[in-house]
Amino acid sequence: MMENRDQGKRPAHLEKHVHVKSLFPGDDTGQTKVVLVGNPNVGKSLLFNEMSGLYVDVSNYPGTTIQVSKGEFGTHAVYDTPGIYGVSSFSEEERVALDIILEADVVLNIVDGTHLERDLFLTQQLIDMGKRITVLLNFMDEVETQKIRIDVQKLAHFLGVAVIPITAVKGVGRETIEKMLRSATEGVQREELHSMLHTMLSKVGSQAEALLMLEGDKTVAEWHGVSPGNHLEEIYVERRNRVNYVLNQVLQDDHAESHVLHTIGRWAMTPLTGIPLLLAVLYATYVFVGKWVAVDLVGFTEIKIGQGLWEPWIRSAVASVIGESWLNEILVGEFGVFTMTVTYVLFLLLPLVGAFHLMLSMLEDSGYLPRLATMVDRSLAFLGLNGRAVIPIILGFGCITSATITTRLLTSEKEKTIATAILQFVIPCSAQMAVIAALLAGAGFAPVLLYIGVMLCVLVAAGTILNKTLKGESQPLLLDLPPLRLPRLANVLRKTSIRTYHFMKEASGWFFVGALAVSVAQLTGALQVLVNALKPLVVHWLQLPPEAATAFVMGVVRRDFGAAGLYHMSLTPLQIVVALITITLFVPCIASLIVMMKERGLKEGTVIWIGTFVGAFAVAGIVSHIVM
Amino acid sequence: MAPQKKDKAVSLTRLKKGQVMRVHSLPVGVLKAQLIRLGLNEGAIVVCFERLPGGTIVLQKRRQLIAIGHALAKEILVVFQNGGE
Repeated sequence: MMENRDQGKRPAHLEKHVHVKSLFPGDDTGQTKVVLVGNPNVGKSLLFNEMSGLYVDVSNYPGTTIQVSKGEFGTHAVYDTPGIYGVSSFSEEERVALDIILEADVVLNIVDGTHLERDLFLTQQLIDMGKRITVLLNFMDEVETQKIRIDVQKLAHFLGVAVIPITAVKGVGRETIEKMLRSATEGVQREELHSMLHTMLSKVGSQAEALLMLEGDKTVAEWHGVSPGNHLEEIYVERRNRVNYVLNQVLQDDHAESHVLHTIGRWAMTPLTGIPLLLAVLYATYVFVGKWVAVDLVGFTEIKIGQGLWEPWIRSAVASVIGESWLNEILVGEFGVFTMTVTYVLFLLLPLVGAFHLMLSMLEDSGYLPRLATMVDRSLAFLGLNGRAVIPIILGFGCITSATITTRLLTSEKEKTIATAILQFVIPCSAQMAVIAALLAGAGFAPVLLYIGVMLCVLVAAGTILNKTLKGESQPLLLDLPPLRLPRLANVLRKTSIRTYHFMKEASGWFFVGALAVSVAQLTGALQVLVNALKPLVVHWLQLPPEAATAFVMGVVRRDFGAAGLYHMSLTPLQIVVALITITLFVPCIASLIVMMKERGLKEGTVIWIGTFVGAFAVAGIVSHIVM
Repeated sequence: MAPQKKDKAVSLTRLKKGQVMRVHSLPVGVLKAQLIRLGLNEGAIVVCFERLPGGTIVLQKRRQLIAIGHALAKEILVVFQNGGE
């Protein structure tokens, strides 16, 4: 075996990649770095939680949108990595995992005992990288109930590393974890690959990097300033053959899957059963997020706690300190940073975002989402998207802001742009939908059809135009469908709290900035100027009463403010439709606008913003002139 | 259904639910690497688990299910096993 884990001085080229150490300041450099690696949905987080206990650092990986968790087990630093099928730079997840794996002293490779054929590819790649690893054979309970027979000793022999069977959901135990760490060794590589690695090793720092160079990894090649190798296909095919050979020796599995979840999994993909199932899932989400949390819980926290207790208290507190001044308006006025913003962030957004992430984590852990993506794949093709895009779009009906973040899971930049634009433009969020539904209910049946019809046309038109005009390729769907499993509550709650915390941390500051801007605009009269500027457009082009302009401007602050403002106007049913079309298509709320700018960049974000603005008035005006 | 010629490679889009086939050739590049990782290498024996309206294909290999969009399915060539059954 080759020497590659230089613990002390690092070669200069390694300075080019992000160091795990810099992610978590104050890390003890003397600690052994243990990294959990595995395919998606193999139980990494469960084991990580057991190893690290309550004290976990979660950090955004520099330059990416991926969160990495770090905990401690005794004297070891333990890192969780995103689920990957192989190590390379094909996606953001892989680049992050690659960075962390390169620095690992010990790799705990978790594999799904019921999906060895897929999982062992990554195992063999880690072995080829020369890492010290222990393989943890998870889901042993399912392996037994499904009558899969794995010769664990033989598997360990072929791989050349320890293989420890576990059932992560039942807990692994301290003793076994210590055994995992103790028994980590370097495994067996193919003779031929071994000599290829030797040659490459003289040019780069470690065997792991040598392998990635041979596999033509662009990121690693860039660090070394050389062009990547071209042995990817050859090495991959050989590795796949090796894995299949090993499996033929150690695995006996001739029982077809027949349990209930497997059948539901099949139903979730075929339209005949999948569409009713989707409607049921959406309805459950609507009841939970849209009714219990958005109406009942937020009704209590926002109105009773926020506006009833907090705002009067802070108003009198501020008044007693600074007395009567213009500062009052900014701090505790209608859009004050201590009044509206605090109420909005803590008593409205926090419960909503929490509930939303709870549903999302549950759906994610169950394995339902990939099946839904498969079902709708073809119907999204005309928008230039593949099935994966259904996830952000569906989430958009809950909250555009959170949904915009999930566009990260799409493969190409083109798809991310299209999905973001559709979210910002066409999809109404839950807060808006409540008001839209109430307004439309009073307008009659024909206006409802008109509204939905226009929205669908705009969705198709916008998607098609973007698909035709944007450069780049859309990736076809290639999706591994994990087995349908019942989500584990502890894992779901942990995921929910981590995501909610990070969302709030990132978004809150921007709300203060937004509220401050609106307060200043109102104080200086700029808000009124904006409303006045919009009035001619509203009256002549949209044929709506002039007060609608105020509702539209307020819609920028919060989408539902805008729609709510229309309540008190006397509008004809057709005017309601025109106003609602404008509001739905119109600029997104400040929060989603800021998240969009962060996700898509200032330039693209601004283009989408202006596009929705122009598009909203154009479409609504045309509809107005046709029907009125 | 008419039995297929055993040695003729056709695109994945042609197969129907329940049919068994051997992967003949894959598109080149990153997609190929990703397919190999998931176990869909050239020579692998797979079953069509589902064929959805619009042409999205779900393949099964042992317990592994893999969804493949129409555009990608067109580029994967397979040979029917057992006369297309």
